[in-house]
Amino acid sequence: MRSIAENDLGTPARESAKQVTLIIDGRSVSVPEGTSVMRAAALADLKIPKLCATDQLEAFGSCRLCLVQIEGMKGYPASCTTPVAEGMKVTTQNGKLAQLRRGVMELYISDHPLDCLTCPANGHCELQDMAGAVGLREVRYGYEGDNHVHKYVPGKGEANPRFVAKDESNPYFTFDPSKCIVCSRCVRACDEQQGTLALTIQGRGFDSKVSASVAESFLESECVSCGACVQACPTATLTEKSVIAKGQAEHSEITTCAYCGVGCSFRAEMRGEEIIRMVPNKDGHANHGHSCVKGRFAIGYATHKDRITKPMIRAKISDPWREVSWDDAIAYAASEFKRIQGQYGRDSVGAITSSRCTNEEVYVVQKLVRAAFGNNNVDTCARVCHSPTGYGLKQTLGESAGTQTFDSVMKADVIMVIGANPTDGHPVFASQMKRRLRQGARLIVADPRRIDLVRTPHIEAAHHLSLRPGTNVALINSIAHVVVTEGFVNEDFVRARCDLASFDKWRIFVSQERHSPEAMQDVTGVPAAEVRAAARLFASVPNAAIYYGLGVTEHSQGSTMVMGIANLAMATGNVGREGVGVNPLRGQNNVQGSCDMGSFPHELPGYRHVSDDVARGAFEAEWNVKLSPEQGLRIPNMFEAALDGEFKGLYVQGEDIAQSDPNTQHVTASLSAMECIVVQDLFLNETAKFAHVFLPGSSFLEKDGTFTNAERRISRVRKVMSPKSGVGEWEATQKLANALGYPMNYTHPSEIMDEIARLTPTFHGVSFDKIDRLGSVQWPCNDAAPEGTPLMHVDAFVRGKGRFLVTEYVPTTEKVNAKYPLILTTGRILSQYNVGAQTRRTENLAWHSEDRMEIHPHDAEVRGVVEGDWVGVTSRAGDTVMRAHLTDRVQAGVVYTTFHHPFSGANVITTDNSDWATNCPEYKVTAVEVTRVSQPSEWQKRYREFSDRQQELLRAAVTDVSVK
Amino acid sequence: MKQANRKVIPIQPVPGGNLPPEQRLAVQAAVQANRDQPGNLLLVLHAVQDRLGFVPPDAVALIAFELNLSRAEVHGVVSFYHAFRTAKPGRHVLHLCRAEACQSVGAAALEAHAKKSLGVDFHGTTADGAVTLEPVYCLGNCALGPALMIDDKLCGRVTPARFDQFVADMRA
Repeated sequence: MRSIAENDLGTPARESAKQVTLIIDGRSVSVPEGTSVMRAAALADLKIPKLCATDQLEAFGSCRLCLVQIEGMKGYPASCTTPVAEGMKVTTQNGKLAQLRRGVMELYISDHPLDCLTCPANGHCELQDMAGAVGLREVRYGYEGDNHVHKYVPGKGEANPRFVAKDESNPYFTFDPSKCIVCSRCVRACDEQQGTLALTIQGRGFDSKVSASVAESFLESECVSCGACVQACPTATLTEKSVIAKGQAEHSEITTCAYCGVGCSFRAEMRGEEIIRMVPNKDGHANHGHSCVKGRFAIGYATHKDRITKPMIRAKISDPWREVSWDDAIAYAASEFKRIQGQYGRDSVGAITSSRCTNEEVYVVQKLVRAAFGNNNVDTCARVCHSPTGYGLKQTLGESAGTQTFDSVMKADVIMVIGANPTDGHPVFASQMKRRLRQGARLIVADPRRIDLVRTPHIEAAHHLSLRPGTNVALINSIAHVVVTEGFVNEDFVRARCDLASFDKWRIFVSQERHSPEAMQDVTGVPAAEVRAAARLFASVPNAAIYYGLGVTEHSQGSTMVMGIANLAMATGNVGREGVGVNPLRGQNNVQGSCDMGSFPHELPGYRHVSDDVARGAFEAEWNVKLSPEQGLRIPNMFEAALDGEFKGLYVQGEDIAQSDPNTQHVTASLSAMECIVVQDLFLNETAKFAHVFLPGSSFLEKDGTFTNAERRISRVRKVMSPKSGVGEWEATQKLANALGYPMNYTHPSEIMDEIARLTPTFHGVSFDKIDRLGSVQWPCNDAAPEGTPLMHVDAFVRGKGRFLVTEYVPTTEKVNAKYPLILTTGRILSQYNVGAQTRRTENLAWHSEDRMEIHPHDAEVRGVVEGDWVGVTSRAGDTVMRAHLTDRVQAGVVYTTFHHPFSGANVITTDNSDWATNCPEYKVTAVEVTRVSQPSEWQKRYREFSDRQQELLRAAVTDVSVK
Repeated sequence: MKQANRKVIPIQPVPGGNLPPEQRLAVQAAVQANRDQPGNLLLVLHAVQDRLGFVPPDAVALIAFELNLSRAEVHGVVSFYHAFRTAKPGRHVLHLCRAEACQSVGAAALEAHAKKSLGVDFHGTTADGAVTLEPVYCLGNCALGPALMIDDKLCGRVTPARFDQFVADMRA
């Protein structure tokens, strides 16, 4: 079912410099060459009846309802498949066309149930609309004959062999074949939009039927539940269960998804304050009307019973929680922070901002730290994911962000994916990438594991560089070696755009024989010939683009690798235009934004160092307070300082450090050593179990603000329901600042953005009004680029000349040995999201209800492990137990797991090793041993005990008498 | 939500893992011979059916994997063409023409005779496993109707008596 708010123009837009003018029903219309007659008519506000056409899919021409007459053409061409021509004269309505259309509709309706009044699509059914549009008054063919509608043969008791019962296997939508008109829109949506090709039309003629894979249930089929088919369906055949349960939405509001860094634009379709369904926005610049299973369907967490909606406090973490009023909670938190600062010094408190929250919310938290706490002890979860991106790209290109728009991938000739798993982590962008690959772009994947993209229907990587975890830099150096020594350097680009002294130094460095693929193959495990071929392919096409993820950054040499990537892009001239670039696939919805907003202990908003007197002066003037020029504590420093007894108070905004940060036992020991932890979250997450003050947070549906996605696109988040806690997150932070004695008086998040714009050069032109007007805007947005900057570094790098940096490969200290012979690496899965606080509270569990340890059959065999066995995983940091999954996706010697479930304890195993420059943890390399076991690990037993106890304390929460 | 009872869907089941060795070999040989041809799916399906007499449903996953297609795509093609069968046929397949030209010279009577004498309806296989009866719409042998095809051999001017003889030969 299409969005209730969108106007379907029938066929997709065409781009052409040439305009064609034609006459449709007497109206003159000018459209780009290649546009269909149907779309041209729709643009002139003429509605041609249609069923199989929708502007999200290429024309198909099967329903025969959109027939028109065109002067000089024979017969009745289908307007969806007929392109416009200069001077064409089209008639869309006359008696003959009406008669033909009624005849077609009669045939459709003769095999369609007449239960419109009780049908979930009632009020928004295209078949119903078309019956009305063509004036259908009778169906001459009767309903007694052969049909797919009735369970039993009409008039007889026998079962109707054509009838197929509703498939309700998917947790979010149903498939009711009896209502299907076989328009193929679902099949085409799966093919063209999603690129999974999980649907087909089975059989032919009257036997034709939509089939998921080989006539399987949707849940068991190849379907990834993106919902594109549900959106495409013109009838109730594929319908959201939420629509079946609740009915049609009555209004819709555009907002931005709060899951990954793609930042899809959605229409929240609402009834009052109740959400009926999420429909991806056709006009969304990042997603163009597409979505994944998380964004479209996994929103149940927002109204989950586990949501905590009242502030709570307790003196010790062994005490039961006490529900109190907002004022009391804030007053308690403020008095504790003041007491701690009085007792242990100004630097003994700090905060962690969340990349899940809006720019405005993050901004006020860092402002609170700098202005009210009076220190720079603010860090963000980007520390543990993309901090090396910020650092590495700033050093080389001059700006801490990706260089392109997502749409740029449609111009790439070679796509190199390094340490990213787009089909699971960034599924909507992956669909776009797959579309480009099906058009013929070549693919190079550098990943220790055979991710889906390596080989998936109609897509096969030209090269899969299956390197050993931790050898990224060695690999990128060998690729660079081939580029430099085989004459692939784009000398013109380098001479014009880059700093030549640094280039020469780098050229000499990577030319050294010790970096050749042959010399490095024993380190990386990738055959030299494969590396050479991949490097040649990358460097020999007009447009080569690099996309990378946490497999690049979460290493001891994360920053080095980011620089290596930037070096390679510059040396081959692949920066500054469409189809190329350095593209970090950011993890969280607003990780780019939280970094932009000054969430780092060394940087003010806009990436300006706290020691920069000019920048700091501007903030001091605006904020009317003296700011510290001293760099503050990073997250790992906070933990260390807590264990040393110097850091006692922490304000955690919507982040679950006790599950997401490495070496869990170290983290929880640090948390236990603090005296006041304030957690602001939707749920009693793992960190909240160590907290003293709980401030209920609000979901993205409950607030106004902005998110900034991986392409620097600032999009609006709009409040569609009131905050369940009664107080927005920025308001809670503001109350805390006021209670700490620093006045904040914003009345709306737009005022916060106005302040950000005043103080941050790259945001000078940003305002809620402008975003509302343009849909979204990509920073830098200022006087030089009033409508934003889709592509960066076009004529010159932000830092002036692109700087090459020497990237010496230094092996990680995390080494395998006889005791820990395997390397553990981690990743995500499509249906779950990071710590899973949200997705675990949705029906997405149907796809992934537990984390499993992927192990190569050879490694499993020598350990006597078979599929589904419980295995103990032990590292130098800790041990846990999970079930084994045998697969050759991982190479021998490497094991892999996801980390979405707290009980899995994946981060109990990961170590304290981190990136040399930014302290980004080395999640991707941990030496482990795997053994068959029969019971949970000691940590898991302790965890379960502690977690159960904390849940009891929550249930025992007593309501303070002051709360009414 | 009950967690314990939920099934974890395997990340990637082994394609064609439950195929008997003979069938797996047939698919692999078919793929080997035709992989690089344009439109390879139809060629592979024909090769598999030529060797096994049918396209086993469990072969769909393996064919899809080998040709890098989705299972849905392969299923769509197999189910579209009546020529591809998904169950093992009798030792011989008898295609009886039901198109207009043959009908005008007695095909309907021949059809009735065939069904009665074999004791099966269309798509059925005789109890002794000798013959599978299939309808076909025109064998291009209109001048010599009624026509039928036994395995790959085309026969014209088929009378009930000749039909019985053919069946007897097939059973011999």
